[in-house]
Amino acid sequence: MPGNVPITHYLFLSTALFTLGVIGVLARRNIVIILMSIELILNAVNINLVAFSRHLASVSGQAFAVFIIADAAAEAAVGLGIIIAMFRNRGTIQADELDLLKW
Amino acid sequence: MLDQFFFYIFASVILLGGLLTITRRSAVHSAIFLIATLLGIAGLFLHLQAEFLAGVQVILYVGGIMVLFLFVIMLVNLDQAARQRQFNRQWWLALLAAAAVCGEALYGLYRGRGAFTFPGAVPGNMPPNTQAVGNALYQNYMLPFEVASIMLLVAMVGAVVMAKKRL
Amino acid sequence: MDFLEYSWLIPLFPLLGTVLMLFFGRALERAHGRGLISVLCPGLVGVSFVFSLGAALQLAQQPARLFEKTVFTWVPGLPFHLANGQLARFEAAWGILVDPLSAVMILVVSFVGFLIHVYSVGYMAHEGGYYRYFGYLNLFMFNMLTLVLANNYLLMFVGWEGVGLCSYLLIGFWFQRKSASDAGKKAFVVNRVGDAGFLLGILLTFATFGTVAFTRVNEAARSGLFHSGDAALTAITLLFFIGATGKSAQIPLYVWLPDAMEGPTPVSALIHAATMVTAGVYMVARSNVLFSMAPASMKVVAIIGALTAIFAASIGLVHNDIKRVLAYSTVSQLGYMFLACGVGAFGAGIFHLSTHAYFKALLFLGAGSVIHALGGEQDLRKMGALRHKIPWTYRFFLIAALAIIGAPPLAGFFSKDEILWQAWSNPEHGWWLLWLVAFLTAGMTAFYMWRLVFLTFFGKSRVDHEVEHHIHESPKVMLVPLGVLAALSVVGGWLGWPKSLGGSNRFEQWLAPVFDGHPHAVQAAAVEPHFEAAEYTLMVLAIALAAAGVYLAYHLYVRRPEKSDQLQAQLQPVHTLLLNKYYVDELYSAVFVEGPVMGKQLGSALSQFDARIVDGGVNGAGWLTRMTSRLSIFWDTWAVDGAVRLLGFTTKVASFPVRMIQTGFVQSYALLIVLGVLSFLGYYLFR
Repeated sequence: MPGNVPITHYLFLSTALFTLGVIGVLARRNIVIILMSIELILNAVNINLVAFSRHLASVSGQAFAVFIIADAAAEAAVGLGIIIAMFRNRGTIQADELDLLKW
Repeated sequence: MLDQFFFYIFASVILLGGLLTITRRSAVHSAIFLIATLLGIAGLFLHLQAEFLAGVQVILYVGGIMVLFLFVIMLVNLDQAARQRQFNRQWWLALLAAAAVCGEALYGLYRGRGAFTFPGAVPGNMPPNTQAVGNALYQNYMLPFEVASIMLLVAMVGAVVMAKKRL
Repeated sequence: MDFLEYSWLIPLFPLLGTVLMLFFGRALERAHGRGLISVLCPGLVGVSFVFSLGAALQLAQQPARLFEKTVFTWVPGLPFHLANGQLARFEAAWGILVDPLSAVMILVVSFVGFLIHVYSVGYMAHEGGYYRYFGYLNLFMFNMLTLVLANNYLLMFVGWEGVGLCSYLLIGFWFQRKSASDAGKKAFVVNRVGDAGFLLGILLTFATFGTVAFTRVNEAARSGLFHSGDAALTAITLLFFIGATGKSAQIPLYVWLPDAMEGPTPVSALIHAATMVTAGVYMVARSNVLFSMAPASMKVVAIIGALTAIFAASIGLVHNDIKRVLAYSTVSQLGYMFLACGVGAFGAGIFHLSTHAYFKALLFLGAGSVIHALGGEQDLRKMGALRHKIPWTYRFFLIAALAIIGAPPLAGFFSKDEILWQAWSNPEHGWWLLWLVAFLTAGMTAFYMWRLVFLTFFGKSRVDHEVEHHIHESPKVMLVPLGVLAALSVVGGWLGWPKSLGGSNRFEQWLAPVFDGHPHAVQAAAVEPHFEAAEYTLMVLAIALAAAGVYLAYHLYVRRPEKSDQLQAQLQPVHTLLLNKYYVDELYSAVFVEGPVMGKQLGSALSQFDARIVDGGVNGAGWLTRMTSRLSIFWDTWAVDGAVRLLGFTTKVASFPVRMIQTGFVQSYALLIVLGVLSFLGYYLFR
């Protein structure tokens, strides 16, 4: 199987997904979508891990992928909580309108 | 041949979904396309014989996290945000920087392509996946696993506190 | 009850009255009428008298006859260099000293004060400002009692100034009258001159002895470090005596006392006859140790006293205002007291002080009663033949007039005779000339006092017609104090019955512990029996002269009234001179108020000096300060501030690029992270 699809393909896919995620994080104004972009980045990492796990015939990569999924779940929960609190207090979820860090 | 076919199918679903996720105006649409992406990744995991992870991906990501996202989108009034500009003022810089990072990563892959040949790679079937992952988690990675569980607990408490009406 | 222990309360009772009157008097008068005030204020003074009596009686039982108590330390002790360079601490306590001298003083002051308070209830009954009057009167009692009870010069000075203030307030009690307020100011200003002397004396005392407490000053003076005639002692005593001349109306500062008669008559009796004006005598007697060691000062005191006595008596011969005649009489009698002190007979001086307090207060209160009867008339020329209309006043007045001229055995006889005898015979300070002056004064006293009596009570009535109908005897509340004082005028002198007449002179024995340092004065009469013949002679001479004076007055003003006018015409220049009080007021006015020496011109010259030279110096210093401060401002603005601003500006410029990075947008920070990743990755890839 690994012989049929070389690992570099997976890596290219992962890089592309990662780049999409980064663009989403850096360029979107909507914080919900920024959070989704972070999910994209994490999944790009997961693809890498699982691909190497397959090619090295080691299950450790998959174990780490599990951890990353747990991490993603935690991040999503806290992030979304922050979004709700922010919306309640500031009335907006546009990232560039939240400029209190300047002061 | 079939392997490559599935890989490209899944890869195109993933990339298209990701692209649409970061470009859609409506957050609900973005979430739908993200689900598509995640399902594509789940398929890729199956393709890589990681059945357990594929299941976790579908159940946890698609069934858990994405539902959470959709709830939040419903709770937060996004109508106004949908009618505004979607990209901020630094979007071209962001694009440039992301492209540069991407280029560097690809260049790195290209330069190190020789390192990716795995002479000892085992073709054929892997041992039963769920059992192997379980063994790894509960034997080799016991401590990180417990730490992760504490992290989840902390995140849960944090999320509850964050979302409370009055702090 | 231990009255000595509580004797510090004596001055505080009248103070309570003062506080009540001055703060709540108006309300009390509105709420309860004048009855409460009439009981309260004299009553508080009466309580003081009871305490004084108790203290005096208990003192008599004490062998040492000295009680000193510090109520609290008032000046806690400031480091101070003495005249001899020694370091001392300037301490003054609010302390009391009860000894025979102050016991006599508090008894006289509180008792006469009490009687006059009672008398005032009647006298002031129809006047406005009733509570104010009693408030001031009580304040006076407080200050006077503080003065005589003080155990140090500084506290005595407090009382001294306080009685001066009360004198000013009460002379100007009817402040609507310009003459009254002017008289008050005059009294105050003239007193200040004396007070300045007293204060300098106190400071010099401290600089010399390192203390101001009487007992310790006396100890230090007797310690042997000072010899008789020491310049410091002479200076101190002379300064004290300047203070005494101001308060006790001696030459040259007596001018305020006759004018002080503008105040209510009881005030004249209390302050300007019986008590306050004797403060100077008390102070000299209190400082007897110092005075005894300064013979030159003693001589000055004696001469000033004798001069004042005859000088004031001569003015009293011709004046027509009943109160002014009495005022000059007071000045004259005070001169006697100083004469006594000056010849070393302090005991005789204090004795005369107390008898004088009785009969002079009686004279003033009697005069007040006359004035009251005549509805405010004070001119002798508009009186006459009053003896049947106001019989009780007449009788009391007669007793007082007999007492003052020294008719035996009334009070004045003993005290005045003692002084005359001491002036003649005192081994240390006696001088026949002093005796002669005092002797002549006695004759004058007899004449002017009985002229007053005859003009007021005998002869034909010269009272204005409309006043004539309203003549009435004074109410009982006024007559009873008169009676008590009359009794004292008769018997008050018996305490000092001289040994030459078979008495024992208990009064001076009582005072002996205070004047112990110089017992000659007290014992001279007894010790040297061969003087007795001379003493009898002098005594008879004095009585004869007094009788002659009385007869002359009777001749000129009752039997042959036209003779007095003839005599007046014959001695016109002298009469005018006396009537104008030797032109002393005019002289003072010319010299001190208007004249070039002390007056306006000197004042304007001084003000010119002040404006040109002193202010010029000050202004010059100010200008210099302004210019230097301008330089300083220039330096500050351009150099100091410049450096600070340059630093700030540099920081601002240097921080400009860094500030660009801090946009406050989360995503630009994220972008920076990505750029960081880019550069790290680039470094590893392309190095």
